[in-house]
Amino acid sequence: MKTFFRLVKLAWPLKWGMVLATLVGFLTIGSAIGLMATSAWLISMAALHPSVAALGVAIVGVRFFGIARGVFRYLERLVSHEVTFRLLSRLRVWFYRGVEPLAPAILERYRSGDLLSRVVSDIDTLQNFYLRVLAPPLVAVVTGLGMWLLLGAYNPVFAFAFLGFYILAGVGVPWLTHLLSKRLAARSVVLRSDLNASLVDGIQGMAELVAFGQEDRQNARIEKLNRELVRVQVRLGAINALQGSLGSLLTNVAAWTILVLAIPIVRNGQMDPVYLALVVLATLASFEAVLPLGQAFQYLAISLVAADRLFEIVDKAPPVRTLPATGPTQAATETGDYSLEVKDISFSYEPGQPDALQNLTFSLRPGQSIALVGESGAGKSTLANLLLRFWDYERGEIRLGGRDLKTIPPEEVRNIIGLVSQRTHLFNATIRENLAIANPKADQAAIEAACQQAQIHDFITGLPQGYATPVGEFGMALSGGERQRLSIARAILKNAPILVLDEPTANLDRQNEQLVMQALHSLMKDRSTILITHRLVDLAGFEEILVLRSGQVIERGDQSHLLQEKGLFNRLWQLQTAPV
Amino acid sequence: MKKQKTAARQSKSAVTRRLFMQGGKVRLFLGITVAAGGLLSILIVVQAHYLSLLIDDIFLKNGSGGWGWLLALLAVIVGRAVLNWVGDASASKAAGLVKKTLREALLKHILKLGPAYTRGERSGELTNTAMEGVEALDAYYSQYLPQFFLTMLVPLVVVVAVFSADVLSGVVLLVTMPILPVFMILIGLQAQAKSQKQFNILSQMSAHFLDVLQGLTTLKLFGRSHHQEETIARVSERYRQRTMGVLRIAFLSALVMEVGATISTAIVAVEIGLRLLYGQIEFQSAFFVLLLAPEFYQPLRTVGQRFHASTSGIAAASRIFEILDTPTPDGSETDKPAEPKTVPPTRPAALGLRFEGVSFAYPTADGPRPALENVDFTIERGVKIALAGPSGAGKSTVAQLILRFIRPTAGRIVVETEGGNFPLEEMDAKAWRELVAWVPQNPYLFNDSVLENIRLGKPDATEAEVIAAARQAHAHDFIAGLPQGYATILGERGARLSGGQIQRLSLARAFMRNAPLLVLDEATSNLDLENEALILDALDKLMAGRTVLMIAHRAALLERADRVIRLEAGRVAGDSAVKEQTLA
Repeated sequence: MKTFFRLVKLAWPLKWGMVLATLVGFLTIGSAIGLMATSAWLISMAALHPSVAALGVAIVGVRFFGIARGVFRYLERLVSHEVTFRLLSRLRVWFYRGVEPLAPAILERYRSGDLLSRVVSDIDTLQNFYLRVLAPPLVAVVTGLGMWLLLGAYNPVFAFAFLGFYILAGVGVPWLTHLLSKRLAARSVVLRSDLNASLVDGIQGMAELVAFGQEDRQNARIEKLNRELVRVQVRLGAINALQGSLGSLLTNVAAWTILVLAIPIVRNGQMDPVYLALVVLATLASFEAVLPLGQAFQYLAISLVAADRLFEIVDKAPPVRTLPATGPTQAATETGDYSLEVKDISFSYEPGQPDALQNLTFSLRPGQSIALVGESGAGKSTLANLLLRFWDYERGEIRLGGRDLKTIPPEEVRNIIGLVSQRTHLFNATIRENLAIANPKADQAAIEAACQQAQIHDFITGLPQGYATPVGEFGMALSGGERQRLSIARAILKNAPILVLDEPTANLDRQNEQLVMQALHSLMKDRSTILITHRLVDLAGFEEILVLRSGQVIERGDQSHLLQEKGLFNRLWQLQTAPV
Repeated sequence: MKKQKTAARQSKSAVTRRLFMQGGKVRLFLGITVAAGGLLSILIVVQAHYLSLLIDDIFLKNGSGGWGWLLALLAVIVGRAVLNWVGDASASKAAGLVKKTLREALLKHILKLGPAYTRGERSGELTNTAMEGVEALDAYYSQYLPQFFLTMLVPLVVVVAVFSADVLSGVVLLVTMPILPVFMILIGLQAQAKSQKQFNILSQMSAHFLDVLQGLTTLKLFGRSHHQEETIARVSERYRQRTMGVLRIAFLSALVMEVGATISTAIVAVEIGLRLLYGQIEFQSAFFVLLLAPEFYQPLRTVGQRFHASTSGIAAASRIFEILDTPTPDGSETDKPAEPKTVPPTRPAALGLRFEGVSFAYPTADGPRPALENVDFTIERGVKIALAGPSGAGKSTVAQLILRFIRPTAGRIVVETEGGNFPLEEMDAKAWRELVAWVPQNPYLFNDSVLENIRLGKPDATEAEVIAAARQAHAHDFIAGLPQGYATILGERGARLSGGQIQRLSLARAFMRNAPLLVLDEATSNLDLENEALILDALDKLMAGRTVLMIAHRAALLERADRVIRLEAGRVAGDSAVKEQTLA
C-alpha cells in the first residue's frame, strides 16, 4: 500500500493530464452507451408511428454518438500516451537523481548480472502505471456513477441491480481469478527463472557440457522444467480465460435481470414501455468499462514489484558525505599545492567484513610516482575509491594540499585527481564525443594532440569515419588495448595534476601492454602518479613501491631494494618477467 | 554476417503459414477454438432473437414475456460464457503445446549447431530467443488467433441472420463488408509500422538511459554527472515528441475503423427507425437487426487491439525459424546419428594424436575463413606439447578439433594407442571425449552447487572423490571457506569467485575426469601471481603421466613442455624442443 501511494505521488504532477485522459475515456464509453440507448429509443419510438419530427432529435443523437465514440477514443489514446511518456521521463530523471549520489559505491553491486538493465525495464514497466493501472478503475467508477444516475432515473431497482453486477464484474471476477491463480502464478515465476538459468547453463556452458559428455543430462533437465512450466502456464491460461467468460456472463445476466425486473414495473405502468429497450441496451454497453479491470489488477502487482526494487535502490543513504571545513579552505587549484598525505588508513566495505585496507600510510609530493603492487583482492583498488571520494573511510586521515579530504567536495577532488582504469565506460557516441567528456572545452586540435600522446591517433584516423566513428555497445567493438588508450587520452585531456592508474595494462597482450606503457610514460611526466598493478612492469622510475597482501603493506621501498629483499615482490618478479 | 541474416529471414506470410502448421495436437486445440467460435457466433444471433422477442412482447404486445423465453435467453447467455471459456482455454492449451515443442526443437538444434556456433556473444541472444522469444508466441496463439477466427466467423453468421430478418439491412451490412478487409489490411500495415517504429524509438531511449547508468562512474570522474540529468530529460522529451508524432498518425487508422463501424451501426439504426415509422418493418425484426449490427463490427475492433500480439509473435517466430533453419555445419559432429563406430576396444591408458594435413575454415557470410591450413604435427604418447603463436594463429581451433566441436575441412586426425591407431573421425564422439580432459580459458560455472560443478568431470563421483579432486587442484581451502562450503551455489545467481578460483575449479574437474589426454587452453592467462603459483603446482600434478596439449603464452607453462609447436596464420611455423625455442 505504501509503495502504491509513493507511486501515485510520483505521478501526481501529471494529475491534470490524468484527469483529462480519464474524462475523455469516460466520454468514449459514454458515447457507446449513448449510441445504443438512443438507437433503442429511436426504434421503440418509431414503432409507435409518431411524426418524423418526434424522431429528429434521436436521429441527430444517434449520428452524434456514432461519430463521437471514435473521436473520443482517438483523443483518449493521444492524451493517455502523452501522460505515459511524460511519466516515463519523470521516472527516469527521478531515478537518476536518486542513484547519482550512490555511484559507484552502491551501484558496484549492480554492475554484474544485468541488474542495471532490469532497473531500466522496471522503469519501462512503471511508465504504464497510469495507462494500465490507474486509468481503468477511474473510468469504470465514473461510468458506473453515470449509469447509476441514468438507470436510477427510471427506477431505483434498476440502479441497484446494475450496481451489483457491475461491482461483481469489476472487482469480484478479478479477485476470484487472482485467488485461483495465486499459487500457480508464483510457481510459474519460479519455474520460469529456473528454466532460464538452465537454458543459460545449457547454451552458454555448452562447450563444457559437450566436452564432459553431459549435454543429454542438461537437456533432460531443461525439458523437464519446460514441460512443467508449460503445464502450469496452460492451467493459468484456463483460469485467466474465466475472466472473459465470466465478464460476458455477468454483462448479459445483468441485462437479463433488469429485463426481468422491468416486466412488472412496465405492467404496473410505473415506466413507459418505450424506454424498456433503452434500459436493457444501455446496461449491455456499459460493461465495456469494467472489462479491462482484470488486467489492471495484474498490472498493479507487476508495477508494485518493479517499484519496490527501484525504491530499494533509491532509498539507500549516499556513501559519501562532505564535512564542513575546519582548516584552510582554499582550493588546491588556487594554492597549487597538490601534495597527498595518507595516514593510517583502514577501511572495510561492509561492517563485519575483513578490512580491505589496513593502516596504509604514504605521502606523495608533487611530481613523485609511487606504485601499489599485489595480488588481486589485496585492496589496491580500494585506495583509488577512497582517494576519488567514491567511498568514505572511517579510520585514518587523507590530506590533499594540506586539507582534510573529507571536507573537499567530491567534484573538486575529482578535478585534481584523474583516474585511468580498465573499467572506463565508452558511451554510445562517437569517439570524439567520448573524449570530449573529459573536457568539453577541448577543440579538435587538443583532442588530436591528446590522442597522439596516447598512441591512439593513428588508429582512429585509420577508421573509416575517423573521430566520428561510433563506439560503445552499438558502435565499433574496440580491443582492450584500444579502450585503455582512449581512457589515457581522456586523462590527458582532463589534465589533472594527480594521476591514479588502476591496473592500466590488465587484460592486454604484450604488444598492447607496451603501447599503453609508452603512452603512460608521457602522461606521467610533470604529474604525481599512483600506479596500482598486479602485473609487474619496470618500476625503476618509482620513488616508492608498496607491496600489499590482504590489505596490509608487507614490503616497501624502491625496486632495487625490494629485489634484494627476496620477499613477495621478488617472487612475483621472478614469475612474471621470465622470458617468453 | 548481416547479409546471411536477411537472406535467411523469411517473409511474414511464410512464417504465419509455419505457425499454423504446427503439429497435430496443436491443430486439434485450435480446431476446438474455431468450433467454439462458430457456435458462439450462432448463440449471439439466438440471444438477439430471444431478446427481441421478449422486448417486442412486453413493449408492444402488452405481454409478460413469459418464463419460457426468459429461461431460454438465460440458457443462451450461460452457453455463450461456457463457449467463451472453452475457446480461450483451448487456445491457451494450443499455445502451451507450441511453446513446449518449439523450445525443445530449438534446444536440440542449437545443440546440433554445437559449441563452435554458440560461442561468445551469440549465446546470450540464443538463450533469450529460447526463453523470451518462445514466450512471445503465447500471446499469438492464446490471444490473437482466437480473435482472428472470431473475426472470420461472427460477421458471416450475423450477416446471414440479418438477411433472414430484413433484406435491406442485410444489404447495408454487405455493402460495408468489402470495406472490412480493406480496414483489416489498413490496420495491419499501420499497426505493424507503428509498433515497429514505436518499439525502435522506445528501445533507443532505454538504451540511452542504460548507457548513462553504466557510465555513471565515468561521468562522475569527469564531473559530468549532474549535467546528465538535463540530458535524460531532454532525450526523453525529444523521443516523446517524435513518438507522439508517429502515434497521432498511427491512431488515425483506428479512428477511421471505429468511426466507420459506429456510423454503419448508426445508419442501420436510422434506416430501420424510419422504415418502422412508415410501417415497412416489424418492430421485432428491427430490434433484432439493431442488436446484431454492433456485433457485426465488434470482432474486427478487438482484433485491431490484439494486433500487437500478432506482430511481436511473428517477429519472435521468424527468429526461431531462422535458428531452426541454420544448417548444421559440416564441422559439427553432434547431429550424426549414432552409427556403429570404431571405439577403442579397451580404454587406452595412454594415447597420442597425429594431425595429417589438417585444414579448417570457419564458414562466414563472405565465404569460408581459413583458420588452419594443411597442418601436420604429432603428439606422441605421454608427451607434453605446447602450442604457441600470436592470437588468431589457429591455436584454439586445434583444441576445438581435438574436442570434436568441429571437424577438419580437409586432412585427418589419427589417434595413436598401444592397441593400434584409429582415425578420430570414425570414433564415437562421446566415447572419444571421455578420453579427454579439457581446461578451457574461461571455464563456465553452472548455476549449481560447487559439488555438482566439479562433478561435471565424473557424474557418478562420490563426495569424497570430489573433495579429493578439489584438494589436488588447491581448491579445497577456498571452497571450505565459502558460506555453504561444497553446497554453495555458483553461477550467475550464486557466489562470485575470482578468476584464479574459477580456474582451480576447472582443474578439479580435469582431475575428476582422469583422462589420458589433457587439453589446456591458456589455463594461466589473466591470473594474478599467487593464484598462478597454486595453479602451476596443481597443473604439474595433473600433467604427470598424461599426454598434454597446452596452448600457452607464459614462460612458466612453456618451460614445462617437452616440445613447442609454433603456429602462425594457420600454419606450423616451428616445432622444436623447448630449450632451443627459448635460446632462439
